[in-house]
Amino acid sequence: MSKRIATQGRLIDRSRALTFTFNGRDMRGHPGDTLASALLANDQMLVGRSFKYHRPRGIVASGAEEPNALVNLGTGPSFEPNQRATTTELFDRLKARSQNHWPSLEFDIGAINARLSRLLPAGFYYKTFLRPRAFWKHVYEPIIRQSAGLGQAPKDRDCDTYEYFYATTDIVVVGGGIAGLLTARSAAQSGAQVLVLEQTAHLGGRTPVDGGTVDGQPASAFIDALLEELRAMANVTMRSRCMGAGIYDHGFVLGYERLTDHDPDAAGPRHRLWRIRAKQVITATGAIERPLAFAGNDLPGVMLASAMRDYLINYGVMVGQRVIVATNNDDAYRTAIALKEAGADVLRILDARDSGGGPLMQKARELGIRIDCGRAIGKVRGGKRVKKVKICAQNSSGGALEEVSCDAVAMSGGWSPVVHLWSHCGGKLLWDDGAAHFRPDPARPPTGADGNGFVSTAGAAHGDFALGDIVAQAHEAGRKAAQAIGMKPKKHDAPIAAETREARLLPVWLMPAGANIGLRSKAWLDYQNDVKVSDVELAAREGYESVEHTKRYTTLGMATDQGKLSNINGLATLANSLGTPIPSVGTTTFRPPYTPISMGAIAGEARDAIFQPLRCTPIHHWHEAHDAAWEPVGHWRRPYTYPRADEAHADAVAREIKNVRQAVGLLDASTLGKLIVKGPDAGKFLDMLYTNMMSTLQPGRCRYGLMCNENGFLIDDGVVARLDEQSFLCHTTSGGADQIHAHMEEWLQTEWWDWQVYVANATEQFAQIAVVGPKARKLLEKLGGMDLSAETLPLMAWAEGEIAGIRARVFRISFSGELSFEIAVPASQGLALWTALIEAGREFGVMPYGTEALHVMRAEKGFIMIGDETDGTVIPQDLGLDWAISKKKEDYLGKRAQQRTHMASPDRWKLVGLETTDGTVLPEGAYAVGEGLNANGQRVTQGRVTSTYYSPTLERGIAMGLVLHGPERMGEVLEFPGTDGQVYHAKIVDPVFYDKEGTKQNV
Amino acid sequence: MSEPVSALNHAGFDGLAKVTECGLHGMITLRGDLAARAVKAAATGASGVKMPGPNEVQSKGDNALCWMSPDELLVICDYKDVRQVLDKMHKSLGAAHALAVDMSDARTMFCVTGSSARDVMAKLTPADLSPATFGPGQIRRSRLAQIPAAFWLEDDQSFRIICFRSVAQYAFDLLCTAAGAGSDVGYFSAAPIRPT
Amino acid sequence: MLILTCPYCGIEADETELASGGEAHLTRHGPGTSEDDFSNYLFTRQNPLGVHFERWRHAHGCGKWFHAARDTGTLEVFATYPAQTAEPPKTVCDAIRKRRPGWTWQGTA
Repeated sequence: MSKRIATQGRLIDRSRALTFTFNGRDMRGHPGDTLASALLANDQMLVGRSFKYHRPRGIVASGAEEPNALVNLGTGPSFEPNQRATTTELFDRLKARSQNHWPSLEFDIGAINARLSRLLPAGFYYKTFLRPRAFWKHVYEPIIRQSAGLGQAPKDRDCDTYEYFYATTDIVVVGGGIAGLLTARSAAQSGAQVLVLEQTAHLGGRTPVDGGTVDGQPASAFIDALLEELRAMANVTMRSRCMGAGIYDHGFVLGYERLTDHDPDAAGPRHRLWRIRAKQVITATGAIERPLAFAGNDLPGVMLASAMRDYLINYGVMVGQRVIVATNNDDAYRTAIALKEAGADVLRILDARDSGGGPLMQKARELGIRIDCGRAIGKVRGGKRVKKVKICAQNSSGGALEEVSCDAVAMSGGWSPVVHLWSHCGGKLLWDDGAAHFRPDPARPPTGADGNGFVSTAGAAHGDFALGDIVAQAHEAGRKAAQAIGMKPKKHDAPIAAETREARLLPVWLMPAGANIGLRSKAWLDYQNDVKVSDVELAAREGYESVEHTKRYTTLGMATDQGKLSNINGLATLANSLGTPIPSVGTTTFRPPYTPISMGAIAGEARDAIFQPLRCTPIHHWHEAHDAAWEPVGHWRRPYTYPRADEAHADAVAREIKNVRQAVGLLDASTLGKLIVKGPDAGKFLDMLYTNMMSTLQPGRCRYGLMCNENGFLIDDGVVARLDEQSFLCHTTSGGADQIHAHMEEWLQTEWWDWQVYVANATEQFAQIAVVGPKARKLLEKLGGMDLSAETLPLMAWAEGEIAGIRARVFRISFSGELSFEIAVPASQGLALWTALIEAGREFGVMPYGTEALHVMRAEKGFIMIGDETDGTVIPQDLGLDWAISKKKEDYLGKRAQQRTHMASPDRWKLVGLETTDGTVLPEGAYAVGEGLNANGQRVTQGRVTSTYYSPTLERGIAMGLVLHGPERMGEVLEFPGTDGQVYHAKIVDPVFYDKEGTKQNV
Repeated sequence: MSEPVSALNHAGFDGLAKVTECGLHGMITLRGDLAARAVKAAATGASGVKMPGPNEVQSKGDNALCWMSPDELLVICDYKDVRQVLDKMHKSLGAAHALAVDMSDARTMFCVTGSSARDVMAKLTPADLSPATFGPGQIRRSRLAQIPAAFWLEDDQSFRIICFRSVAQYAFDLLCTAAGAGSDVGYFSAAPIRPT
Repeated sequence: MLILTCPYCGIEADETELASGGEAHLTRHGPGTSEDDFSNYLFTRQNPLGVHFERWRHAHGCGKWFHAARDTGTLEVFATYPAQTAEPPKTVCDAIRKRRPGWTWQGTA
């Protein structure tokens, strides 16, 4: 059984106990435990069920590479699935549940799949669910959805907060083990600013577990002193619980800091996403031990040898009392020795090498451990935990030589450098035949903006495994990185570590080497996705040669662990099956993040009120206080209408319209774009930007203008006021101000850079209020300050003065067809003017009106709206706006495009008014159908609705639309099938429905 | 005449740093050839402040000149003096090709002060805020989360930030969130490294 | 995530502070040009693996448009330079040739 022992446990605080539950069962652990170490201390060997066969699974690793021990953590708003028990720090009252089983972990009906495994081979889904086609949607997919996936998706809103942090530094070191720390020191000694990211809670890495001597001190004492030294250096920052998640172009490094996962009651954000820019990055990400592929290697109790050592030394947990160690290298002997010294019974070390190992083997033998060389595990037996091991010769097909009872198996298939971060941004790998692993090729690093390498590696991630090599290389790596950014390192001696010589590893991709098919079908490569040696062999037989294809076909290396344990074994198996060398098969692509990061961290602070910027006009709070219903316009919020108690929106809109047409209304038009264009060439510039002539506009006057892009399409419209000889004020649509400002700057900077024009975006300098309706002038005269008579200020003129004591510009422009004044005042006084108008207007029946009333009234007048009548494919000529297109100008943006044949075609759909024959409202976006079918077999269309409203003024539905030869077909009735199944009939009419002569606005 | 009101009317928040909306300031956008004598004279004459170099802020009392781009300065003065300053600038510019326009109401100014001010700001802007790169007297135009902003350091612990008026509430909420309790980063403020 | 140095204000800008504007050094064609020339101007773009010229705007910054010469494959940036030029200046071409010997602007030496 697995239990906590009285000795060891360098990371736990035995003086305090924590309680937690696993599947509702109460358990105890200590501060410093991971959930995995605490589960093992409570003899919880079974922690989950596998993905496909629902096999019982136990903890196999001790870190981020863990494929099995995925749990649901927390409840309600803090629930999170697929959390690795090995990287979850224990805290008091932690609640964890295992996943992927029903009804319970102990008894899981899905385990029937294991019996059916011969029917569920590689590519099962692809082979089985192809036919009949209709079954996919209605039968297969619902069933697969039900049974697929590991954890459950959270149902509640996440109660935590998240944030970003941007850092710019010289050197980022990923990994806080001995290599990372030494790298950081030598880089910092060279003068560089260094940021060290360590994914676990502890700096120092696994050297204290593995032991050794550096500069005459025990390794752990050396690391303690090194940490002290680094903490005292002003140019070194070390962050623990902060994973280097990804390395991207131009030195961008993503760090994932887990702030409160270990202390959920603490204030502040849960995760912080570090967005780092570094000149050089050093990955000191260590290495991951490989499992051995033997039958039954997935039973709970079979564990990586290094993990078993970690649990013992770091947490004082002895995973087995009677242990068998299987290995192809010397490192696993360290586990055997540690277990033996802590009091465990190490029954055998099965060393696949005929000649065994080096000095470590000698030491194990001296401790009295039986070592069998050239031996292998034939099969592990047991149900929900290891019971027996059948031992055979490595060079055999699996014929058992003996069977030994035991309660745990430690396995080691050698070590693979963690090359993920090196590879994220294009670093290339070398196959090291001696060590049987891929390691970074220093000659082909990821390259940065200057074309030179910006990532280097240190320690085990570099491919060095002997402590002496690691410390020497890491020290040098830090100096080199500093040199690469122009530092001049001073001479500092590299530390020196005492060496333990290790014998060569024997690559073992299958145990025993000639294992029969029965054993190969039970030898797991990928625990998380239930991929066995036999599955990869089948894929190879079926013609899968590319490792990327094999990955998708067999699911090898997919899902949350992305094959951290299975990759090398899997591709070696594929290479062997294909009869090609491993390097020619290559690896799958390593993509960030290194381990999954929370969606919350990616979103950062952007949630709730600050999900996105909301732009508020200076009068926003008044609208809010008067119950405005909002309409989003870009990031602006504009009042759609101001419904009174119990009033439906449509009724409120109708009331507002009638009031404008009969009395006076106020519109907050502050969102309109206001661009100031000034300079000797301003007129010439605007002549190029607008389709009509702006240079001839007189100061004091306004002119409506259209703007097109070089494709000829209409992009914006608005009224231009000439302020003085050299200055124009260009109004743009509310959503268009920023784009049109950028559009102007683009042309000025990149095409006509010799023209003397400056542009400034004054949109937000002004609050703009439209005072509209037959009583508008009376209201403004009551406030006083300016002569606004028709003689002094005729239609399409503007004037400057004071209204209600506030400095103002008044524009006589109308978008409703009524007498209308648009008053611009400094934003800080916008609310003051608005409230003054509301107060003074009471006797005239003033009411605020919203964007919907604005839209209906403009449609009644046949005015187009950018975004309704235009959609990026409409040219002004389509909209009957030829009057606003200068014939005299040689050029303007869009002119040449509008001469292209299909732009000039008489068959383009043109703007008309539409009136339903029965007065109802046409559906939005409805198409007018014609006779016959088009080339795609669809019904021919001959027009579409662009704007459609109920007009309270005319008490009927009105609409505008683009119709084939529309203007020539006045009076014709078109059919518009609606999505409601009805067919609407509408007559083609003039688009101006109201006050065709324009007398009302011109009073 | 009504009293002009800034977007958030001096709202404040005390957290890791002190966040304050610092009311209305006179702000004039001056676009022109910054090497031209008339333009330089207009800027320095009206403000009484020395001409800033690229990415610099020069200030004297409440007045400041901010370098915004190779052909743009922001002239900061007392809100009530704007018209006077603008008139003076126009006189000084004469016939020179330039644009001087009052933008006082288009913007909101915030102060973020305290030993964690850099840490708070670094949660929101990708700009390099390392003391070696960005110190008092320098201005940076960048973004705060999703909005454009310009900011400079008055002293090593005091940021001045300007953004558009319409997003004042968003900017304030951002800054308050970034300065929220328990979220100290301790990267720039050199707080002791969290125990491991 | 690129970093490009704005040639106007000297800021090493993060890609999130920039707006991209497609291929650089296009010649505007207006009224009076042939259908082919005009349609090439509107629609035909280079899409090389290797040396490429692009327009960028320091949008969250000084607001200026500039050009970048970079390698679309390795993302190496050879130079950034002001947009007020119809073709890459000699210094930029030299900088590219130093890193990509034999490269020529539009195939001319």
